[in-house]
Parts: sequence; structure tokens; C-alpha cells
Amino acid sequence: MNHIKEKCASFLFLLAACACILAIVLICVFLFANGLSAMTEIGPLKFLLGREWKPGNNIYGIFPMILGSMSVTAGAIVLGVPVGVLSAIFLAKFCPKPLHKIISPMVELLAGIPSIVYGFFGLVVLVPAVRELGRYFGVGGNGSSMLAASVILGIMILPTIITVSESSIRAVPDSYYEGGIALGATHEKSVFFIVVPAAKSGIFSSIVLGVGRAIGETMAVVMVAGNQARMPTGLLKGIRTMTANIVIEMGYATDLHREALIATGVVLFAFILVINLLFSALRKKVRS
Amino acid sequence: MTIFRNIVFSIAIFLIVSLLSYILRKMLRQFLSVFLRCITVAAITITIGVFLLLIGYILVKGLPHITPSLFAFEYNSENVSLFPALINTLTMTLLSLVIAVPLGICSAIYLVEYAKRGNRLVTIVRMTAETLSGIPSIVYGLFGLLFFVTAMGWGYSILAGAFTLSIMILPLIMRTTEEALCSVPDAYREASFGLGAGKLRTVFRIVLPSAVPGILAGVILAIGRIVGETAALIYTAGTVAGVPDNLMGSGRTLAIHMYALQSEGMHVEASYATAVILLVMVAGINALSGFLARKITKG
Repeated sequence: MNHIKEKCASFLFLLAACACILAIVLICVFLFANGLSAMTEIGPLKFLLGREWKPGNNIYGIFPMILGSMSVTAGAIVLGVPVGVLSAIFLAKFCPKPLHKIISPMVELLAGIPSIVYGFFGLVVLVPAVRELGRYFGVGGNGSSMLAASVILGIMILPTIITVSESSIRAVPDSYYEGGIALGATHEKSVFFIVVPAAKSGIFSSIVLGVGRAIGETMAVVMVAGNQARMPTGLLKGIRTMTANIVIEMGYATDLHREALIATGVVLFAFILVINLLFSALRKKVRS
Repeated sequence: MTIFRNIVFSIAIFLIVSLLSYILRKMLRQFLSVFLRCITVAAITITIGVFLLLIGYILVKGLPHITPSLFAFEYNSENVSLFPALINTLTMTLLSLVIAVPLGICSAIYLVEYAKRGNRLVTIVRMTAETLSGIPSIVYGLFGLLFFVTAMGWGYSILAGAFTLSIMILPLIMRTTEEALCSVPDAYREASFGLGAGKLRTVFRIVLPSAVPGILAGVILAIGRIVGETAALIYTAGTVAGVPDNLMGSGRTLAIHMYALQSEGMHVEASYATAVILLVMVAGINALSGFLARKITKG
């Protein structure tokens, strides 16, 4: 009796463990089945490299959106990585303990704030600020722009970068730091030129995680990016990302238009897979 | 005499020059160190500044708009009450947890307690879990729309939303449970086996109870994700602004409520108020999970 119970239980646990695999198989099957047919119907090259997105005229090219996603992500990296990594260095090596107790809950809360709240903040604070900036430089624009989206994404990836980098800097053995001090380096130099380079791969993987978060972010970007489906023309002009493309048009799309949106999701999924592969490769490097 | 004076003179010059160069070098050295320290302080100041600006702005703008009428039971076009959305958020959270938590805990038990070392399945499950946790929420939303809403024929419903979210939080719960189980000392298991308990009994009576704080911390993190989720729910749970009669009805959570208010563009004050409520919820959730985490490290 007991024996049977044990066998059943272990089988059930095995089944539960397969849930993840089932989930990812289902996701792949349903996305690819719906998306790839649209891609073949439109023509893969025309779909990926087409510069025009006009569902009304049955023209589906998502190149502007791919560029949009990439440029916004790049902007977020440029703004978020230096601040994030330096903050992590401060928290790991320069911060007095009582201060750390105040700052780290702040970073955790930043990580927990819903993206819709970030988007709202961007809408009521950043967009008007960018509008003023545009007016000042005489470029115009209504403020919903690549710059606003980059800034908000830069803020959103901060907590990811800070927590992962900080823990990887803390993981460097103290003997490295002490060796630097013993050779006559100051505290700062020892940290920057010995400890941080040793934590390099951890810091890189925090950046890769940040890229993943930035490229997949939807709601915050939709609210501040302007969402014009055309090639990006400037920092202060509006752009549309792949995620925004899906969320904006999915509500009323039908037939090929709908499938083209799902295919946009497939492209996004492919991007994320590449980023994940990069991340796990980096992690393996850390372990070895 | 002149030779003597020359020697003294040159020694003095040598001393002064070397002193100057020493100070200069020292300053240069100091300069680099000071500079490095300055940029880290500047970075953390920016981080804290952004945090304070964000929280402060939303609290200052939102707190005055939190009125009793926002918590009226009915939503209508005059009074955009957030109460139905609050109820929906609770239902959605509970339902997603009911689906994902047992599944996540059971699969973690398999990975930690049952699977043999070097099992192929374990590597595959870990890899898929990692991939799942990197997928953006909009892709989950698309999948939910294609599978639960369309293929299963559930329509826009709380149920479809909850299933979508439960897949989304599954890897998170799995990973935290795994870590919690791994941190239970082997001595506990050996003692239990030594007293004649079977594997199942050991797992449920000995290992799981000592891993509860860790598992709870993970569950609370998952609640945070559910509460803040928008993109995965718009096309699965829909945006109807009331409390549905049953789980097959559409209803919007707080985060979607906020998005809908904002895109309608008529009730900005209500958006601010909703943002405050969301912030307070997330802060509470974070505090709770931090408290549990501290409890674990204290043992």
C-alpha cells in the first residue's frame, strides 16, 4: 500500500515538473503556427525588412518597429547601465551599512513598481519635459518620443542592473581587494581596477537581463513613445516598438492583420530567445 | 665657500622639486580616487533622486484624490470607482496562485528531492523555466489570447487571465521553492529516514515545513507581479469595468483599470489615485517578502 502511494506521488511530482516543458511547447506551437503562416503569406523578407506598415492597404513591414525596439533599448542601456553599475559599486563597496539598509529597500521597491505606473509617470512628467526640450531646440514634436521612452526604460532597468551587479561584485573574494590595497592602491582604485573587472561577467549578465526587460516592456513604452508606425527619424520624434504594435492593434485586427501582429510577437520571441541564450552562456562562463 | 653654497643650493632645489613632484603625483593619485568616488556617489544620488521623484510625485498628486467615492461598489461613468477592479485583482491573484503554487511546489520537489543527479530531464526543466521567466508579458498575453481565449473557447474571462498569469509566475515559484528546499539541511532528511519515515512523509512532514518561509517569499513576489501586470491581461481578461458574475466573465484588474482610465483620458485624478493604491500594495508586498527573507537568514 505504502509502496504504491510512494510510486504514485513520485509520478505526480514528475508530471508537475513537466508542466514547464508543456507550457513552453504550447507557447511555441501556438505562436509559430499562427505567426509563421502570416510570414510566408507576406513573404519573410518583405515582412522583416519592409519599411511600411499600412494594414489598411495590406502592407505589412515591421522593420520600423524592429528599429524602434532596438533604438529604445539602446537608449535605455546608454542611460541606465552607467548609473546602474556605478550605483551597484557604491552599494557593494562604498556604502556605510546604515545607509545600505535604507537604499536597498528603495531599489527593491523600484523593481516592484508596476510598468503601468512607470508609464503614467513618464506621461505626466517626462513627456512634457521632452516637449519643452523640443521647443527649446526648435525641433517641435509633442514630447511623446524615443527620448522619453529611453529615459523611462533606463529607469525601469536600473533595479535589475543594480541588484545583479551588486551581488556579483560582492561575490568577488576579499583577497582580490586586499591584494590591491597591499600593493599600495587606494580603496577606490582597488575596487575599480581589481574587484570590478573580476565581476565582469556578472555585470555583463545584468546588462543582458536589462536588455531583455527593456525590449519586452510594453505598457510603459506605449504610453510615452508616440507610436507612429514609421521609420525612426530622431531622438525627439515618436516611434513605435514591436510590443506597442501588438498591444495597440490587436484589439481590432482581423485575418491577415491579426496574424501579422502574432508574427510580430514571434519576432519579439526570437529576439528574447537570443538574449536568453546569451545570458545562459554568460552564466556558464561565470560558473567555470 | 661658493662651492658649498652651490651644493646647498642644488640640494635645496632638488628637495623642492621632488617635494613638488611628490605632491603633484599624490594629488593626481588622489584626484583619480576622488573622481571615482564622486561618480559612484553621483550615480547613487541619481538612483535615489529618481526614486524619490517618482514616489513623491505620485503620492503628492494622488493622495488628495483618494476619496470614499472611489471605493463605491458600482462603477459608472460619473464615478469611476476602483472597487470592482480591486475585487477582480484579488480574484485574479487567488486563482492564479491556486493554479501555479501547487504545480510549482510539486515540480520543485521533483527537481530537488526525487530527480537523480545528472538527470537529463532536470536540465531540460531548468532550461525551460529560465526561458519562460525571460519571456515578455505581451507574448504571454498573445499566447493566452490564442490558446485560452480562442482555442479553448473561454472568451475574455478572469479564468483565461488567471491561467495566463499562472504560467507566467510558475518559473518564479519553482525557482524560489527549489532554493528553499535546497537550503534545508540533509541532516533533517536523514533523521527522518532514520526514524523509519518514507520518502513522501519526509518530504511533506519534515522538508516542506522547514522550507515554508522561502516558499512564501516567492509566492509574495509572484503576487507583486500579478498585481502589476497589464500587458498579459488586456487580451485575456479583457477590460470590462465591473465584477463579473462568474469566472467566465471579463473583468479588469487595478493595473488595467489604470490603463483604461488613462487611455480614455477623462479621469486623470482617478488615475493618480489608482497609481497610489497600486504603489501602496506593491510596497506592502515588498515589505512582507523582505520580512520573510530576513526571517530565513536569521534561521
